[in-house]
Amino acid sequence: MTASTSVPPTASPPPVSEPAARFRDLLASEWIKMRSLRSTPWTITLTTLFVIGSAAVAALADYNKLAGSGASTREPRDFLPFDAYPAAGYLTLMLVAGSIGAVTVVSEYSSGLIRTTTVAVPARGSVVLAKAAVTAALWTVVGTAIATGSFLVSQAILNGRHAGVPITHPGVLRALVASALLAPVCALIGLGLGVLIRHSATTVLTVAFTLLMLPTIFSRSERWSADINHAMPVTAWRRLVQNWPPDPESLAYTATVPGSWIVYVLWPLIAVALAVAVVRRRDV
Amino acid sequence: MIEVNELTKRYGDKTAVDRLSFTVHPGRVTGFLGPNGAGKTTTLRMILGLDAPTGGATTVSGVRFRGHPRGLRHVGALLDANQVHGGRSAAAHLSALARSNGIPPRRVDEVLREVGLADAATRRIGGFSLGMKQRLGIATALLGDPPVLMFDEPVNGMDPEGVLWMRRLFRRLADEGRTVFLSSHLMSEMENTADQLVVIGRGRLIAAESVRDFAARSTRLSVVVGTPLAAELAAVLTAAGASVEPEGSAGAEKLAVTGLPADRIGALALKNRIPLNELTTRTASLEEAFMELTADSVEYLAGEPR
Repeated sequence: MTASTSVPPTASPPPVSEPAARFRDLLASEWIKMRSLRSTPWTITLTTLFVIGSAAVAALADYNKLAGSGASTREPRDFLPFDAYPAAGYLTLMLVAGSIGAVTVVSEYSSGLIRTTTVAVPARGSVVLAKAAVTAALWTVVGTAIATGSFLVSQAILNGRHAGVPITHPGVLRALVASALLAPVCALIGLGLGVLIRHSATTVLTVAFTLLMLPTIFSRSERWSADINHAMPVTAWRRLVQNWPPDPESLAYTATVPGSWIVYVLWPLIAVALAVAVVRRRDV
Repeated sequence: MIEVNELTKRYGDKTAVDRLSFTVHPGRVTGFLGPNGAGKTTTLRMILGLDAPTGGATTVSGVRFRGHPRGLRHVGALLDANQVHGGRSAAAHLSALARSNGIPPRRVDEVLREVGLADAATRRIGGFSLGMKQRLGIATALLGDPPVLMFDEPVNGMDPEGVLWMRRLFRRLADEGRTVFLSSHLMSEMENTADQLVVIGRGRLIAAESVRDFAARSTRLSVVVGTPLAAELAAVLTAAGASVEPEGSAGAEKLAVTGLPADRIGALALKNRIPLNELTTRTASLEEAFMELTADSVEYLAGEPR
């Protein structure tokens, strides 16, 4: 008998029978991940309450002002967009959606879970796309609920001074849609930056800086500077919510409505495309 | 079957893995040994497609692992038990992974039961001990019922009962015809668990052979002989070409003999009418063989494994 340590008899390995790889399985998987974190529903609930509350506060301020001015309550009023969609609430929503969008990927990198995920799904680009799709869907639902809620609450308050408008009023629907989509736009920008940066604190800081601080650096009095400013999501949102035409006498440049919609599309698209391109090349 | 061919990984000037080649066969437990920083984890990560090699290639069952759209049915891997999100429950963690690979949800309960975590299924992973996280990592690896399993330092943080359980599990997986590849720096664990060894040092291959062959490489293989006529026997053995070291205490003298097998020593003693009261072959432990071979890995560079 020969020494056979190098070639012992082996049973045949179990055969691999595999169902087709389906993208919707990845969506379901990311959805399980999203809803199995207790912080997700808490953050969403608190943000919703805060943003709707800020609309109530803004509307109450105008409610009191209208009482003091003694203005005729019979006269029909125009929509007061920044009562329904006050900056205090919606800039906060941008910050929260951007950060949570970033955290969905950064938490995988910081814990190392991304390696477990990548061994399970070696198609890395598909994982990023699935995360982006689930993030976009979740924040579109939340954003719509918040935008609708803050509109209804603010108008209910203003109705006390007969200053409320119905949802069919001109300009209301555009403001509502722009405010609802602000959340998924920012969440996707955060997700893209999260994949690029991977480090929690740095990512959240970059998201806050990019979304909120950067636009204030570029004034609207110079053409080139105004162009950059108009390319920012927060400027786009303001322009879409604002229901009065730009003042022709003003020295400042004003963003256009179609241009602002393009900003809404391009930012998340570029963020996610960059993220997909980078994960394919980089070591996990 | 895992095949690694001329695999190289450089980080700047530092070469973590240097033209490494070896094959891990199915039906056996293969240990992957090396001192800290030898490049074990980097090699495993390249096999799993997490890191791109600088040079060379690696395949699992003949296919580059990264080419699979879904991985759990091909390879089960535990790289680091802490690579989980502490905020999720064990069941949620496994459910998300199972779902991504189209694995039925009942499989989650099965693997949790198999690793003994059924009672902890709904608890947050953040509250798990390292041993429990290792069990969860093994459950993750088993989820897709894969033909190839890879574990990086699996016994870390396990209690003795857990180590025993794991050892039996690895044996069973290999007996089922699967490829089982374990990295460890715990030599004693490998001695009890592995059939084959792949030993690396400074990113280079030192040995790829059976555990028994590896242990036999040690120069410290010796035979202990007890005799009342120690001086006479020492002279006889030295004359026959052995090197002899005195051992034991006065009145119970022993000799540690290297260079002659036990049967030759016995025959020489009989021929010279020297009575023996002990004749024991002392095999070097895997630990000793390992220390010796990795002490200067460059020296053992020459031999190619195949």
